[in-house]
Amino acid sequence: MLDVRNLSIRFPNFALKQIEFSVAAGEYFVLFGPTGSGKTVLFELLAGLRRPDQGTIVINGVDRTFADPSVRRIGYVPQDLALIPFKTVWQNVAFGLYSKPFRPAENGKRSADIIRQRVNAMLEMLRIEPLAQRLPSLLSGGEKQRVALGRALVVQPDLLLLDEPLSAVDEDTGNVLMREIKTLQRRLGITTLHVCHRREEMEFLADRVATMSAGQLCV
Amino acid sequence: MGIDQRNGISRLVSWNTFCAVVLTLFIGSLVLLVMSAVLYVDVREFAAVFRNPDFRFAMRLSLWTSTLSAFLAVLTAVPVGYVLSRQRFPGRTLLDSIVDIPIVLPPVVLGLCLLVFFRTSLGQAMENIGLRFVYQSAGIVLAQYFTITPYAVRTIKAAFDNLNPRIEQVARTLGYTQGRVFLRVTLPLIKNGVIAGGVIAWAVAIGLFGPMMILVGTTRQRTEVLATSIYLELSVGRVQSALAIALLMIAMALVALTLFKKLTGDTRDHA
Repeated sequence: MLDVRNLSIRFPNFALKQIEFSVAAGEYFVLFGPTGSGKTVLFELLAGLRRPDQGTIVINGVDRTFADPSVRRIGYVPQDLALIPFKTVWQNVAFGLYSKPFRPAENGKRSADIIRQRVNAMLEMLRIEPLAQRLPSLLSGGEKQRVALGRALVVQPDLLLLDEPLSAVDEDTGNVLMREIKTLQRRLGITTLHVCHRREEMEFLADRVATMSAGQLCV
Repeated sequence: MGIDQRNGISRLVSWNTFCAVVLTLFIGSLVLLVMSAVLYVDVREFAAVFRNPDFRFAMRLSLWTSTLSAFLAVLTAVPVGYVLSRQRFPGRTLLDSIVDIPIVLPPVVLGLCLLVFFRTSLGQAMENIGLRFVYQSAGIVLAQYFTITPYAVRTIKAAFDNLNPRIEQVARTLGYTQGRVFLRVTLPLIKNGVIAGGVIAWAVAIGLFGPMMILVGTTRQRTEVLATSIYLELSVGRVQSALAIALLMIAMALVALTLFKKLTGDTRDHA
C-alpha cells in the first residue's frame, strides 16, 4: 500500500537518511522514537508538505514523491491538530468534503445531502454530535482530538497519518482515545501510520513498529 | 515573608510606580498640547471651517485619495507580506529592508524622488500616454501609496507571522489548492490584520504633507488636502482656522488608531 524507498532530506542541522519501509493495506504501523528524531519531517514528506532530496514514495502503486498534497488522498492529523478556529466542529469535519478531489460524486443525490450524511455519521461515530455547532476554542483537548480525527477520516483517505495524536491530552483521556482510534481503524480498515513516543501507546496500537532515532529508521 | 522577598516586592512596586509616573507625564504632556489647541480655538471657528468651500474640497479630496491609496496599499501588502513572512530565499532580508525604506526616509525625499522620476524619459513617456501625476490629484494617491504601503506590509506580515502554517498545510492535504487555501482559510484568519493594515495606512495617508508639497503642490480647489490646508491657512495668518483643521485631523487619527489597536488585538486594558 505504502512503499518508501531511500527517502532522504537534509537541513542545515538535521538530516533524514535513506528511510526505507513498507506498510500493507489496513495495517497499523507505529513510528516510535524520541522527540527530534525526524518523525514529523517524515510525515511532512509523506503528506507532500516537503520535497525530499532523493528517494521515492509510492502509494497504492502510484509514485507520489513529488505529487501535490491535495491529490495524495492522505488524512493528516498533526500534533497541534490545526483545527480551523473560525469554523464550527461540523464545518471543520466537513471541510475536506467540499474540495474538488474529495467532493462526493452525485448519483441521483445532491452532493450537499451526501456531505451532510457523511459528516453526521462521523460525528456520531466519534460521539461529538452534541458539539457540532461549537467553535474549537470551546472544546476540551480530547474533543478537539476527535474533531481532528473526524476531519481526516471523513474524506475516506487511502492513508491516515497521526502525529502524536495523544500528546496534548491527559493520560485517562489518552487511554480512552487510544482504544477508540484502534476500534475505528479496525472498523474502517484504513492504513494508518502513527507517530508516538509512549511505549504503552505503541504496544497497544501497533500491528508493526519501526523505531526512529537521529533521522534513521529501524524496522 | 522573608526580608529578601519584601525587598523584591518593594523593588517591583517602585519600578511599577516609576513606569506609571513616566507614562502619566508623557500622556499628560500630549493631552496638554492638544488641550492648549482646543482652548485656543473659538468653537465658532469649527462651524466657519465647515462652511468654507475650500475646506470642504480639501476634506473630500483627502478622504477619497487616502481611501483609494489605502486600498491599493492593502492589495499590494497582502502578497508582499505573504512572501516576506512565508518564503525563505537568498536576499529576503535585503528585500524586507527595501520595503521599509519609505518608513525611515523623510517623506519629502519620497516626493522628490517621484518628481525626479517624472522628469526621466520613462516618466515622460508615462505622461505622454496620459498617466499624469505631477500637480494632479492622481499624484496625491501616488505619493500616499508609496509612503503608506510599508506600514500596511508591516501589519499584514505580522498577521501572517502569527498564523499557524499547519492549519493551511492540513487544508492542502484535504484536497485544496494553494489559492483555495488562501481564500478559504488564510484570508479569513488574517482578516483583522488586513483591515488593521488598511486602517493604519489610511491614517498615515490622510496626514501626509511633505511629498504632496513637492509632487502636487498646494493649489486651492485642485490639489489641496487637509494637511496642506493647515499650511495654507497658517501662511495667510489664519491660526484659528488652521488649528480647527488640525484638531479635526487629531480626532480622525485617534479614531483610526483606536480601531487599529482593537483589530490587532492590543486591547489588554481589561486585565
